[in-house]
Amino acid sequence: MKDTADPDLDTLIACPKCDALYRVGVVNKGDRARCERCHTRLYTRRRDAGLVIITTAFASAVLVIAALFLPFIEIRRLGFSNAATIVDAALAFYGGPLFGLSLAVIALIIALPLTRLVLTIYTLTPLVLDRKPWPGAKRAFRFSEAMRPWSMAEIFVVGCAVSLIKLTDLARVEIGPAFWMFVAVVVLMAVQNMVMCRWSVWKALDR
Amino acid sequence: MTVTARDKGLVACRECARVWPADHTHCEVCGNALQSRDTQSLQKVWAWWIAGIIAYIPANLYPMLTTRTLFHTSEDTIIAGALDLAAHGAFGIAAIILIASVVIPLGKFFAIAYLALAVRRGARWPPGRQYILYEVVEYIGRWSMIDVFVVAILCSLVQLNVAASITPGIAALTFALSVIFTMLSAQSLDPRLIWDRIETQDTKDPA
Repeated sequence: MKDTADPDLDTLIACPKCDALYRVGVVNKGDRARCERCHTRLYTRRRDAGLVIITTAFASAVLVIAALFLPFIEIRRLGFSNAATIVDAALAFYGGPLFGLSLAVIALIIALPLTRLVLTIYTLTPLVLDRKPWPGAKRAFRFSEAMRPWSMAEIFVVGCAVSLIKLTDLARVEIGPAFWMFVAVVVLMAVQNMVMCRWSVWKALDR
Repeated sequence: MTVTARDKGLVACRECARVWPADHTHCEVCGNALQSRDTQSLQKVWAWWIAGIIAYIPANLYPMLTTRTLFHTSEDTIIAGALDLAAHGAFGIAAIILIASVVIPLGKFFAIAYLALAVRRGARWPPGRQYILYEVVEYIGRWSMIDVFVVAILCSLVQLNVAASITPGIAALTFALSVIFTMLSAQSLDPRLIWDRIETQDTKDPA
């Protein structure tokens, strides 16, 4: 390799996890590249990725909002019954010394996943339509990426499953519609995550 | 031998993987702050690590849940709750709870400490394996939150008047804090520091 103070810096890509330097298109040839030593995904160029991401994000957002007000578990014991919605679960610690925990749970299972979905749609829609990015798109995408580890919808779903098992000997338990909606959201988000290529998005945002 | 961005006098953006001459402080594409290596990484790691441990102690000493059934009230810490389940023959769930809220958190504390020490002093494991450990910690960290969600679900759901009710204990809060602090600790570790060892390893490291 030559000295690299030259203008073709944008043909280079550095692994964000280990700093290894590659020339775009040279690694692994073709449309997918992983870092050779730490196997971090560098890019996966797919022409239809944007559309897939937008549709799944839109579907997820609708499902999350609809699921908010429907019960996800219902229990019965000794003639008493109770159904909890996701909002109820998030507010379980409301009023009392654990109030802060309620806010955190709302953020982790509702607010952040929804925000990320909306920001993703906002960032990618103009790119898919081949228009100029909407104002603030870069900041929106950066925030959405930073929030990725804190968006815990899928963990909540598994938490539901665990509570279900825990409750079976205390009461009769039934799964409500919101539970299945959240399961669908988790699958959609996983697809979205698999198809999303940060490098391509940034490249497109930079035009 | 892998060439890194730093070897070439460049600084890489951890957000969008673009490279810039070393004197750049902000990425021109995504606006992220640039640093070839996060020099304060270890300080932040240890600060969050200590906070995480401090929060983890009361999480185990105080009750997570208070369960009231018709004739019986019990306050359960994490471990007591799991042992109780095992005593009732629910070994599977008891194992899940013990793994999710005892084995994984403790394992994370050890793993992060090992990685931070390895970055500073070198270690017997090669960087490749250390990096896998880092990835595992990053991936699994969020899943410890499952316990907090289970408590939230149980508390919102099991409100059956006199038949049964469950209320959260203070340990739910400190446990959540501990998970959050540990996640921040793992995120503060700059993984590029792990790989830097390879470049200096041609002559064996004095351990």
